[in-house]
Amino acid sequence: MKLLRRIFPHPILTLVLTGTWLLLVNGWSLNSLVFGFGLGVLIPFVTQPYWPQEPRIKSPAKVIAYLALVLYDIVVANITVARIVLFKANAKRHPNWVTIPLDLRTPEAITVLAGTITMTPGTVSADLSDSGHALLVHCLDAPDPAAVRDEIKTRYESRLKEIFE
Amino acid sequence: MDQIFEVIIALLLVMAGVFGVVGSFGLIKLNDRMSRLHAPTKATTLGVGGVLLASMAHAAAFEKYISIHELMITLFLFLTAPITANFIAKLHIHRHDTPETLPDPGEDKVWATHNKPEDEVIGPQL
Repeated sequence: MKLLRRIFPHPILTLVLTGTWLLLVNGWSLNSLVFGFGLGVLIPFVTQPYWPQEPRIKSPAKVIAYLALVLYDIVVANITVARIVLFKANAKRHPNWVTIPLDLRTPEAITVLAGTITMTPGTVSADLSDSGHALLVHCLDAPDPAAVRDEIKTRYESRLKEIFE
Repeated sequence: MDQIFEVIIALLLVMAGVFGVVGSFGLIKLNDRMSRLHAPTKATTLGVGGVLLASMAHAAAFEKYISIHELMITLFLFLTAPITANFIAKLHIHRHDTPETLPDPGEDKVWATHNKPEDEVIGPQL
């Protein structure tokens, strides 16, 4: 069992990589399955020192709900940003930095949160504080930074906390 | 029937084109460096997404097969776009921001990008 763990440090990642390779080939054959599985074993094994702990997902059902929410927000974000770019004068825009104190502790959850923030309305995540207790976010148009912070915390962070921690 | 699909595909392509143009226009119109980062990271997502949806609809309606490559492109786009944006933002912080111009990071005292050895030189010193 211990040996198996050392060869497959991230079993789910192995499956995901094999699947990804099959989708990239866009067709089914034993050749591509074997090669995909080879990649799926090799990549987690080589990158293991950088990623010692296995991430845990507590509730897979909530992952799908979260993905749907983020996809919907991305469409809305595109329209919002397009309207700001086309119709709002630069002088009336309030670009602003916002600090978001984090309750999340696992690196995977923080990564997903930062990615979500970049993809959604008028916000780009720029930096993490020195020990990962706060996230620096740039807003395209935020007259009220506190409102942006509260929205990100309730809309995304609370859901990610349920998924990962 | 074919005509309906043609109309849908054409609409998707036009929508994608419009968002692509808006994203590029944002690069010219927005007037500070960090704001300029917003236009290409977002408006382009729907632009590329529209082209990919049109491509999938075309494959399904006229060439009679389900194409998955487009979904993979979407996946890789969603993985890489935030990371690229983050790298560009970090470079901006390195070269144009000091701890005084950024908001207070709370209990950690300093943002990760500013926590570097004293004598380290990053990028050409202009």
